[in-house]
Formats: sequence, structure tokens, C-alpha cells
Amino acid sequence: MKLHEYQAKDIFAEAGIPVPESRLASSVEEVMEAVEEIGYPAAIKAQVHVGGRGKAGGIKIATDEDEARQAAEDILGMDLKGYTVDRVLVEAGVDFENELYVGVTMDRSEGKPVAMVSTEGGVNIEEVAEENPDAIAREHIDPAFGLHPYQARKVVFEAGIPRDVAFDVASFLTTLYDLYESNDASDIEINPVMITSDRDIVAADAVMNIDDDALFRHDDLAAMEEDAYENDLEAKAGEYGFDYVRLSGNVGIIGNGAGLVMTTLDLVDYFGGEPANFLDIGGGAKAERVANALDMVFSDENVDSVVFNIFGGITRGDEVAKGINEALESFDEIPKPVVVRLAGTNAEEGMEILNTDLVQVEGTLEDAVQRAVENAQEVSQ
Amino acid sequence: MSIFVDDDTRVVVQGITGGEGKFHTRQMVEYGTNVVAGTSPGKGGQDVDGIPVYDTVEEAVDEEDANASVVFVPPAFAGDAIFEALDTDLDLVVAITEGVPTQDMAKVNKRLSETDTRLIGPNCPGIITPGEAKLGILPGNIFEEGNVGLVSRSGTLTYQVVSNLTERGIGQTTAIGIGGDPIIGTSFVDALEAFENDPDTHAVVMCGEIGGEDEEQAAKYIAENMDTPVAGFIAGRTAPPGKRMGHAGAIVSGSGTGTAESKISALNDASVPVGDTPNEVADHIEDFL
Repeated sequence: MKLHEYQAKDIFAEAGIPVPESRLASSVEEVMEAVEEIGYPAAIKAQVHVGGRGKAGGIKIATDEDEARQAAEDILGMDLKGYTVDRVLVEAGVDFENELYVGVTMDRSEGKPVAMVSTEGGVNIEEVAEENPDAIAREHIDPAFGLHPYQARKVVFEAGIPRDVAFDVASFLTTLYDLYESNDASDIEINPVMITSDRDIVAADAVMNIDDDALFRHDDLAAMEEDAYENDLEAKAGEYGFDYVRLSGNVGIIGNGAGLVMTTLDLVDYFGGEPANFLDIGGGAKAERVANALDMVFSDENVDSVVFNIFGGITRGDEVAKGINEALESFDEIPKPVVVRLAGTNAEEGMEILNTDLVQVEGTLEDAVQRAVENAQEVSQ
Repeated sequence: MSIFVDDDTRVVVQGITGGEGKFHTRQMVEYGTNVVAGTSPGKGGQDVDGIPVYDTVEEAVDEEDANASVVFVPPAFAGDAIFEALDTDLDLVVAITEGVPTQDMAKVNKRLSETDTRLIGPNCPGIITPGEAKLGILPGNIFEEGNVGLVSRSGTLTYQVVSNLTERGIGQTTAIGIGGDPIIGTSFVDALEAFENDPDTHAVVMCGEIGGEDEEQAAKYIAENMDTPVAGFIAGRTAPPGKRMGHAGAIVSGSGTGTAESKISALNDASVPVGDTPNEVADHIEDFL
């Protein structure tokens, strides 16, 4: 789960990490009230889950009332890389001398968390990583012990952080790792961390992602979930507990297992179609879950045809077939043609159960995908 | 021959009294797997289809001489279950559980590095040596004895490719799903090395997907160390960039790895043909044999 900047900053502030004074606003009036309280200069920042908000026009600095109103009008309601901005964070501007990058994430090839510090904050850190990887100091963390203070100091000195703030940055990093661990974060990044003229440290931005698999032990974070979604379909997927990504095409795809679902997407593309979504019903799905998946895909108005690709291991074909029948029987008219391909555990039983008046059945992956692509082409003509 | 499991593997099922544990224990036994015990804390002394249930893995090892375990324990307790298995010095632990928190796995990974146990998974379908044993949830009927090894990050993609092979009469020595999670026990390189050292494995299929850089490392290993031919498949060519992978990963490695493109080109550079469809992978394997 991705947290919004304002959500992450609430968590930071609670942990004692300094953040600029701010207010959340969802209308021009609210923005004006907020700047009145906070003063100028103020940053007006779109709260959507896209990178590079600044470059895309989603962050503006206002130095007076007119600029604040203009920024609020420009940003609220704007389309930022496919997402509509309905909230902004109004934040006190920070007078800074240095900008740093500080992050903690999981290094999957090492199987360990890693702390990263760089003096090249405030810019595109991905480019820095690519072009000048040595500009980012990295320190792996033993998950059994956490980040030792000496390690925090080591990475900070290695990064070349000015000596007068080095110890403060090291302790900032330690707090950040504690937050990472205690919240089951998958990553935390702050770009930039600002060093003010008074040599104070302020988190001017905040990216914090939480491991979805660990949400069960974080009721406080789970409560933020509703706010974390960007659109209705994603919220619905969250409610149903699906791995779901909406795409721009018109062939709806439902399958089990990330690898097979991705392969189905790739084959839709290979056969000349365009995938509308990635939807993994996961392992061991029962009938109700299958019905929920169909509901998801049918609610996407871009979808013209649907393909089910199930290769059962832990998932049983008969359960899936029941789910498909139950879901489709509830319609007077099935909204979009559905192609089903069932293989693996209890696939034969499933094939017998499937009501072929409701769905088209294909024996191979290729045939199923081709048929679904053809269906979509017919419908969209 | 085979790698990691065979007729002699003696299995304890952790979580044998749960729904999935029970169902798949039956399937494993039906397949011919030597399931000697199960565990379920608090249910020691009971049995499942005549298989004795113990409270702890240690008891199961002491009483039934188990040397491998399959973990069907729910995600919240799976990390603990793997720790328990690692503390009994089993040769092999296969963790099927999906959704184990990554930070739990980081701790497991640390402990694993201090033991001689091999961990497969988590979030994997398990391992099968056709005709001998299967540890996990793979549908046994699609596999056939033969001379092709298979290693894959995705369970269902494994089944897909195996069925493409079996339909043409190409059987398998061993097939392993290593799991798609950020932190897993057995890597592509571990499995490829074992297949390279198995004289009965004449060709290997490697199925990868976007994310991480395991495939790039495997490509390097293949180029430098393998005589056995390998064919590949990479899922996720059409996956939208940045949607599923946190961008911090790219900063860690400092390079453009992790995309389908970078994995396919790394494999091609290692003379590994990569199929556009699972069926094309089977074509390549047919050419090798």
C-alpha cells in the first residue's frame, strides 16, 4: 500500500521527525484558509501517487495570495499522469542550504534492508543512481539486529554529509529505520531532506510504502487504506483483496498466479489485442472470489471482452467453474463475452460444470487468448 | 535422477490439520510421496489419514526421521514455522504459504544463511520429481518422467510450460517453483547449478518475470558455467513500468535491471533462446533434445 505524502508525514511527525507545518485541502477556499494560517512562501502539492509531481505541474510555490489562489485553481482537479487531483497539501516553505536524499528499502538480491544517503537530493535520484551510483552511499542492515548507530554514522560520513550536521542526519536515519521496521514498510524515501540555514533537518517530502502482506498486524495503517486508493476500481480491488492493475486496453484478464496472469497479458498483446487490466485472483480461490473478480472486470467500462485463464494447483477448477456460473447466472444478459480456459487441479470436473450457454470454453491458452482478442475486436467495431 | 527430492525424501507437513494442509497431504501421498508426519501445535497425538500429527517439528524429526518439510502454515505464522524447521536441521524446507511479510522473510533469510538447510519458496508451488515425489501443490498429473529440468518463479506458469512439454512427450527430471517474492530461499542460480550437475538433465527451462535481478544473475551463471542448454521465458513484457516494483529498487542496484527487456537481452547474450509464448519455449527445448 502506498501512503500519500500527508499520511507519511503524519507518521514521521509522530516519531519526532521534523516536517514543515501543513494542512490538507480539497477546495480553493480551504487552500486560502490554510495559507492564511501557515504564511508565505507556501508549497501547494498534489496528493496523488505519481512520481515527478513537480515537473508535471503538481507542485507550486506561492509567495502571495494571488499566487496561492492561482496554484490552487491550477492543481485541484488537474489530471496528473492519469489521476485526478482532488486534494493538495499546503505546506510552509523551507529556507534551505542543502538538500539530501535519504532512503531505506529492501535490497532483494541481498535479502536485507539497505539504508541509502546522498548529498545529491532534490533531483531525480534514479538518474543519479544510474549515472553516478557512487554518489549514493549504501549500508546493508542485519534484520535481526536493526541499524546499529555505528552503521548510521558510517553511511552518513561515506555520503559526505557536512560534519556539523552529520550526527543529526545519522540519528534521523536511525529513526527512519525504526519506522521502516515497526510499520513493515517496503520502502521509505525522503527526497529532499532539507538542511536549513539554522542547520536544522526537515523532511520536505515523504514516500512511504507498506508491505500489503503485513497489514494484518497494523490496524492503524490499514485504517488509512481507503484514503490510499486512486480510483474506484482500485478501491474495489483493495476491498476484495485482489492484486489488480488497471491498464488502457479492452481485453479484461482474470487468472491465477502473477506469472501466468502476466503471461496472459503478454499473449493478448502478442495476438494483437490490448490488455485492460492485470487481475490475479491468487491461490486457492473459492467461488465467491471468482464472482468478485468478474464483478471487478465488468465494472470497467473499457472492457469489451473477458478471458479467464486458470491453471489450478492449489486452486481447483470445479470451484472456479461454480464461481463463474454463479456470477453469470445473476445477469439477465451477460455484459461482455467471456472465454474460459481451465487446466490443472480438478479441471475436468470444472469443464463439466461450466455452463457453456454463458461462456465460451477453449482448451489451450493460445486459443483462449486469441478468441478473447477476436471478441474484443468484434465488440469494439 | 533428480535434484533435491526423490523416493527417499521423508516429509513432515507443517500445518497438516488445516484445510490446504490436509487436502494437499492427500494429493502428495496419492502421488507416492513419503509423508511420514505432520505438525499442528496443540494437536499432537491425532492423525490425518493415518499420518501421525506432532506438536513440534522436532518431535516429528525425532520420531519419524523426517528430513524435509512442507509448510502450509498461514502467513502470520509462516515465518515462525520456517524458523522452527530450520532449527531441526532438515535437509529441505518447502514453504508454500503466500503472503509472508517481507521483513519476516528477511529475518528467515538471515537465519537460513547460518544453516545447511535448503529452503524453497515461500509463495511457491513446491518441487516435484515425476514418478518419485512431490512436495507442494503442483498438480501431479501434468508431469512426466524425463530429462528436462524446470525452474520457475511462478507456479501457474510452471504448470503451463510443463503441460506444453508433456503434450509433446517431453518429460521432466525435476521441476521447481522457487517463488516470486522479493526474498526467497533457492535462487535460479542454485537450481541451475544443481541441474548442471545432474547427468540425467539434458536441457533446462527457466521461467522468470519482471522485478529483481535474479534472471540477470542466472544469465551470467549460464554463460560462465553451464554446458546443459537452457531455454527461457520472461513474463511481464506488457506490465506497466513502475506499477508493481517500488522505484527504490532501481536506486539500490543503480542500473536498469528488472525489466522484461533487460532480462531477455541478458539471457539472449548468454545464448539462451527466450520464447514469445510458453509453446515456443517447448519448441526450443525440442530442438535441444
